[in-house]
Amino acid sequence: MAWFRKEKKPPQPPRQRLEIPRDTWEKCEACGHTDIRDKFLRNFNVCPECDYHRRMRAHDYAGMLLDEGSVLEVGVELRSTDPLGFPDYPGRLKRALANAGDSDAILTVSGTLESLPVGLGIMDFAFMGGSMGSVVGEKIARLGQRCLERKHPLVIISASGGARMQEGVLSLMQMAKAAAVLSQLAERRIPYISVLTNPTTGGVSASYAMLGDAILAEPGAVIGFAGPRVIKQTLGQDLPEGFQTAEFLLDKGMVDRVVHRKELRSMLSRLMRHMTGRPASAGYTEA
Amino acid sequence: MAAPTLEFERPIVDLERQIDELRRLAGDRDLDVAAELAPLEQKLKELRIAIYRDLTPLQRVQVARNAKRPFTLDYIRLAFSDFVELHGDRAFREDAAIVGGWARLEGETVMVIGHQRGRDTKENIKRNFGMPHPEGYRKALRLMKLAERFQVPVITLIDTPGAWAGLGAEERGQSEAIARNLFEMSQLQVPILATVIGEGGSGGALALGVADRVFMFENAVYSVITIEGCAAILWKDGKSVEMRDKAASALRITAHDLFDLRVIDEIIPEPVGGAHSDHDATATALKETLVRHLDELKKLKPERLVRKRREKFMHMGQFIE
Repeated sequence: MAWFRKEKKPPQPPRQRLEIPRDTWEKCEACGHTDIRDKFLRNFNVCPECDYHRRMRAHDYAGMLLDEGSVLEVGVELRSTDPLGFPDYPGRLKRALANAGDSDAILTVSGTLESLPVGLGIMDFAFMGGSMGSVVGEKIARLGQRCLERKHPLVIISASGGARMQEGVLSLMQMAKAAAVLSQLAERRIPYISVLTNPTTGGVSASYAMLGDAILAEPGAVIGFAGPRVIKQTLGQDLPEGFQTAEFLLDKGMVDRVVHRKELRSMLSRLMRHMTGRPASAGYTEA
Repeated sequence: MAAPTLEFERPIVDLERQIDELRRLAGDRDLDVAAELAPLEQKLKELRIAIYRDLTPLQRVQVARNAKRPFTLDYIRLAFSDFVELHGDRAFREDAAIVGGWARLEGETVMVIGHQRGRDTKENIKRNFGMPHPEGYRKALRLMKLAERFQVPVITLIDTPGAWAGLGAEERGQSEAIARNLFEMSQLQVPILATVIGEGGSGGALALGVADRVFMFENAVYSVITIEGCAAILWKDGKSVEMRDKAASALRITAHDLFDLRVIDEIIPEPVGGAHSDHDATATALKETLVRHLDELKKLKPERLVRKRREKFMHMGQFIE
């Protein structure tokens, strides 16, 4: 009897459901590769499978490039307004502020990169498509001014669809404003490095993005004056494979280098050292 | 192909035709019709004033794009003398969408550079509808640097729907060409005067527009994007009159809007009935404005000139802090 008698287990507590946070897994937009989020992050948000450079938020990008504890945000008090009384603009701004944070379409910080002081602007595509309005222009102007006063190199990471339509011609004038700042840096021999990420088009590409003393681009980034859709429309035909990618621009002589995100920090450091007359860092002494 | 009549100008054109008819009749039969003509001409004048007083932004776009308006080469012929056109960017090819060269303004040498549209199909093909490729902007820059070397003021005339969007333009760096002009114009050591004479379309216009003084003709427009492009992106309809009208108003593109936004320095008045109704008077108004401002700017040392130009653009924009 006893053989068959089922041993009475004490009642088990209901099995605890293992809570898997919703964002544990991430999927690559390009190849569909699914992996643990942490694996993407440790790989600078580049797909470990296909090397697709995924979009990064500005704060994360700053953290990736600058030395820990050195980051100081500047111009954080600036807010976009609605100078034209443009339909729906205040509502869109409000939503962007709620969803993408209060740095508008560019985060401007000062800090050190491999111990080199630098002014760093990082555009944030999450804020209204990285569109450039008055605040973006003013933040670049102030960051540039700061670099002028301190003789620090300037680096701008672009990600933008272009000028912000809702601020009309004032957005257009930000292109000239940025160019005016950069011409002053050039005059004082202060280096400016432009990094193009996906996408960099329109008024941003036709201004500071293409004015770097060095122009770097992330692999695969779409870069151009007109967006691919517009060109397709004017031509009435499909665009050639790879048209307007970083590699295409490299081939056409429009950028200096295509740089993988994991190598960007050291590349920026090397370039800045060359252009400011500093010795090479330990890793790059004479071979 | 004659430029089509603007819809809202129909009453003016009809009356003009009536007057012409009467004149022709009188000429044929040797009659004195002065008494009959006078009231008609008075009526024409009043009609022009009435119609042009209350143009909507969309109507101004139509006036600004009107092929009967004076173009860059018309102004060069009417307001300047001794024009020697210079061609080519020395790197790729000549771009006829931008013209430029030495000219004289009241006898003094200047470098004049402007977008050039065409009046008929053939010319528009040659001029690419006033939409430059990168080589056009590079030619413009070459001429500006030439002016700087010989210490001669630069006068630009802006009249373009925008920079060309196409394969070749992208391959040869449309963005870089425009950006380079903005950069170099921010440090050019001679006075620069820019005037929007028709349509100021986005970056393609600004690439000739970083100047010590920026003027707009009364019926010119200046915008970050075409009204059609804006309507297509925001309201998925770039064709209907209603949406184009909405975009034209929302973008604030008229000379008065830009003056209020402190983007331009002065509005150059047009003859009643628009620039196209009297090319001579329009060119005279341009000339007067250019000469007056040039006299002021010539007094400034290059260093101060450049500093003030930079400050002018550094102050543009509106934000809260």
